[in-house]
Amino acid sequence: MSTTYAPSAESLNTDTVLPEQYLEVSMGPQHPSTHGVFRMNVVLDGEQVVKLKPVFGYLHRNHEKIAESESYLGNMPYTDRLDYICSITNNWAYAIAVEKLGGIEVPERAEYIRVITGELTRLQNHACLLGFLLQDMGASGTPLMYAFRERETILDLFESLTGARMMCNYLRFGGCRVDLPAGWLDNAKAFLAEFPRFLDEFERLLVGNEILMERSQNVGVLSRELAINSAISGPMARASGLNYDIRKVDGYSIYNRFSFRIPLGSHGDVYDRYMIRFLEMRESVKILEQAMREIPAGPIQNPAIKARLFRPKPGEAYGRIESPKGELGFYLISDGSGIPYRYRVRPPSLINLTVLEDLCLGHNVADVVAILGSVDIVMGEVDR
Amino acid sequence: MVGEGIIKGLAETARNFFGSYVRKERLTTVQYPEERLPQIEAARNFPFLLYDGADSDAGLRCVSCLICEKECPPKCIFIEKSQDKKPDAVGKPQFYPTVFNIDVSVCMSCQICVEVCPFDAIKMDVEYNYPTEDRFAALLFDKHQLAKSNDYYHQIHPTEAAAVDAALTAEREAAAAKAAAAAAAAVAKAAAAPPSAATPSSAPGNGAAPAADKSATAAPEPEPVGGEKR
Repeated sequence: MSTTYAPSAESLNTDTVLPEQYLEVSMGPQHPSTHGVFRMNVVLDGEQVVKLKPVFGYLHRNHEKIAESESYLGNMPYTDRLDYICSITNNWAYAIAVEKLGGIEVPERAEYIRVITGELTRLQNHACLLGFLLQDMGASGTPLMYAFRERETILDLFESLTGARMMCNYLRFGGCRVDLPAGWLDNAKAFLAEFPRFLDEFERLLVGNEILMERSQNVGVLSRELAINSAISGPMARASGLNYDIRKVDGYSIYNRFSFRIPLGSHGDVYDRYMIRFLEMRESVKILEQAMREIPAGPIQNPAIKARLFRPKPGEAYGRIESPKGELGFYLISDGSGIPYRYRVRPPSLINLTVLEDLCLGHNVADVVAILGSVDIVMGEVDR
Repeated sequence: MVGEGIIKGLAETARNFFGSYVRKERLTTVQYPEERLPQIEAARNFPFLLYDGADSDAGLRCVSCLICEKECPPKCIFIEKSQDKKPDAVGKPQFYPTVFNIDVSVCMSCQICVEVCPFDAIKMDVEYNYPTEDRFAALLFDKHQLAKSNDYYHQIHPTEAAAVDAALTAEREAAAAKAAAAAAAAVAKAAAAPPSAATPSSAPGNGAAPAADKSATAAPEPEPVGGEKR
């Protein structure tokens, strides 16, 4: 066991002993750039990366196995803890999987609320990511603080709606838990009117910055082919020019009612992945404006569904959504009892992380930090 | 020009810095222990048990049905059901929890217990200040630590509490109305029986007694609803 965790030649699966000029560095699991407990075993030739092996599992907590002993309702709060930055989209993917399994209809108003909260989640996830990425690249403090100032406003909206800032536990199969409280929509509209100003400000802050361009352009290039072959999804795939957004291709929920565009990158480098988040936030603002304008009155929960004692017919279902990080899917098998027979998560961050070595080879150690930041990982989801 | 982007960015930083002296929304820091943000009404932290009236033991709404214990995802609730029954707030005999513990170090504040409780007996608190040096015993809250009055509930979640109280009142009134209707039907039956059939007087009494019993078990309102009284 100890050899697995010691930085040794075996842990890198090198067939031969490392040549003398190579240096082996273990970045993480307590490295501030690794977004949690993630470790990279890096082999360096001077400053250049010649080999990189990601090591994860430090935050493994048996999520899937626990889910197979909990009721369908009882799993909902656990999904919050997957990608703990955007809990509502996790709820949403799980709710869609259960709804497919049980053939449950969702009322119109609930769908709108889901879109609104889901897109707000995307805004705060991307704002967070931009702050973290810039922090990793050395823009210490200021951008992160500005991004978190906006994020905090969204979290206040979440708290006044769901009761919790981050662990919302808000969606239920067949709808949502509570209706929008009085005045919530007005607050959200007021926030949304302010938000583009933040985007402009944040763009002025660093987008044209020469140091940032030097650090991020042509660094960590992910080709379109590699993105397809490695099943990369989300903003990372779109930064490589792959036009794939599940909101468009699957048309789940009511996304086909809104007009929005899918921003695409052309180089697939860190700078593209940075910019694509700005553009996606602007598109999310458009969706939010439309959804908040059109939201109808009505019930928020399918009255035929009782969350407790929910027993779907035997069968299987795969529900997926475009989470802020990529394709988040839940695969469920029911044997007709009140707990899932099999419960499997397809986490976008883990799968986007699999190409890390390809992105980092030949770059400097300092670039590894920027590349990892641009992948947008959350360890709660990677390790589960 | 090289450096233009940097200068633009620094101008933005300067605008934020000086703007924080004039615009409130640019200065978001709250000096925590001295000043605090207003409590958000929907906020939740840990569950508590509701009681009606003044006595936390007698008025406890929990009837120890064990649903929350079963549904709690991290299994942090421990209940022991009583052997005997005690009258609840409206006088109906009910089981009560002899032990009701919540381990708040395990609780993940998901409020599933609140959702599944059919008696509105458990609700979410907003208190977050539980610092302690003892990791185990001090964080295992017992029945008496958990019990909070309905007034407290109204104080922390006014909208929700009003809705719950309205629903409970409606439920009790409906039960009372149902009981009254059943009693009235029993009375009518008892009154109608003698003239229609000139049978011996024992027959209406036999007919009315079971009906009155039934209404008493369905809604044990304090006011007697038996047919015999009128």
